Amino acid sequence: MNYIIKAIIPIIVLFIVFFGAAKGVKVYECFVEGAKDGIGICLRIFPYLLAMILAVGVFRESGALDCFIRIITPFVKLIGIPPEVVPLILIKPLSGSGSLGVFAEILNKFGADSSIGRTASIIMGSTETIFYTITVYFGAVKIKKIRHTLWAALMADLIAIIMSILLVRIFF
Amino acid sequence: MINYIWLFIISFGIIFGILTGRGAEVSKSIIFSADSTVKLIISLGGILCLWCGIMKIAEKSGLINKLAKILRPFLRLIFKDAGKEDKVLGAIVMNLTANMMGLSNAATPFGIKAMDEMKKYNKDEDSASDDMVLFLVLNACCIQLLPTTVLSIRAAVGSNNPAEIIIPSIIATSTATIFGIIFCKILQRYF
Repeated sequence: MNYIIKAIIPIIVLFIVFFGAAKGVKVYECFVEGAKDGIGICLRIFPYLLAMILAVGVFRESGALDCFIRIITPFVKLIGIPPEVVPLILIKPLSGSGSLGVFAEILNKFGADSSIGRTASIIMGSTETIFYTITVYFGAVKIKKIRHTLWAALMADLIAIIMSILLVRIFF
Repeated sequence: MINYIWLFIISFGIIFGILTGRGAEVSKSIIFSADSTVKLIISLGGILCLWCGIMKIAEKSGLINKLAKILRPFLRLIFKDAGKEDKVLGAIVMNLTANMMGLSNAATPFGIKAMDEMKKYNKDEDSASDDMVLFLVLNACCIQLLPTTVLSIRAAVGSNNPAEIIIPSIIATSTATIFGIIFCKILQRYF
């Protein structure tokens, strides 16, 4: 089972190509034609991605993010969120690589099997880099008014965080 | 909305950095962001083209339609307009499946494809439709059956049982997904 999961990509590719050939699709020409679309998408999302990476980079490197974390920590403690995981919670929606660094740091410091380590692991496994997703997907179709996307996504994120904390208490 | 958030993040970051004496770091990060975006787009570009090519085969052969048909009853409940179109549903299904398997690189091209298709039925050019928002929120809290990166980092730091967090993670994301759908349905009336 584990091996199948690891080999899932080649299996999917084989299945799709095989299915296509069986249905009489000219698979090679079709692949090339589709791959051309990918280049267009790349060019379309590039400026949006640049705008976001620039903003997140500036916010982190200036120390503003650290300062923000320090201000918010006492309030977060009140709701029962362990202050040690606050940096992870704040950075996760903004940056995938950044959150990976913070996550590894938390595990190193407190141990993977500690309650903080477990909470961080579940948060890491159940939340997404919202800003990246919004930038890429809406950028690709040139949507400028995102309406309630950010609020709904952040609130769902908060639910995942609260659940992570509760589940660690229940499960372990 | 996004204008204000971007303006706030960038201006607050720069002013804060300059006042606290981190001008050099901020300046470095500005230059570096251009560099890292190019690197990201190039690595993303390859895999994007690859999956777009594979997707095209799946689309032409009718595989997408078949997949969409199976999941249509469920997705129709939550996607108001997109639920009627095979092409949109197919891309949504592929995106969500890839996400569940932890293949975020594969999920992105399918997601963009889904947005592209949804845009065709969107009346307003600039503004996101209810379905687009819902799709994005589903992506933001998507159920992940196998959080591969988390597992490998846990194993790397010497956890006794790296996989013990899988079940709690699935419960946490499922709850968040259900709430995400509810939040969307409530908030869409006010925006």
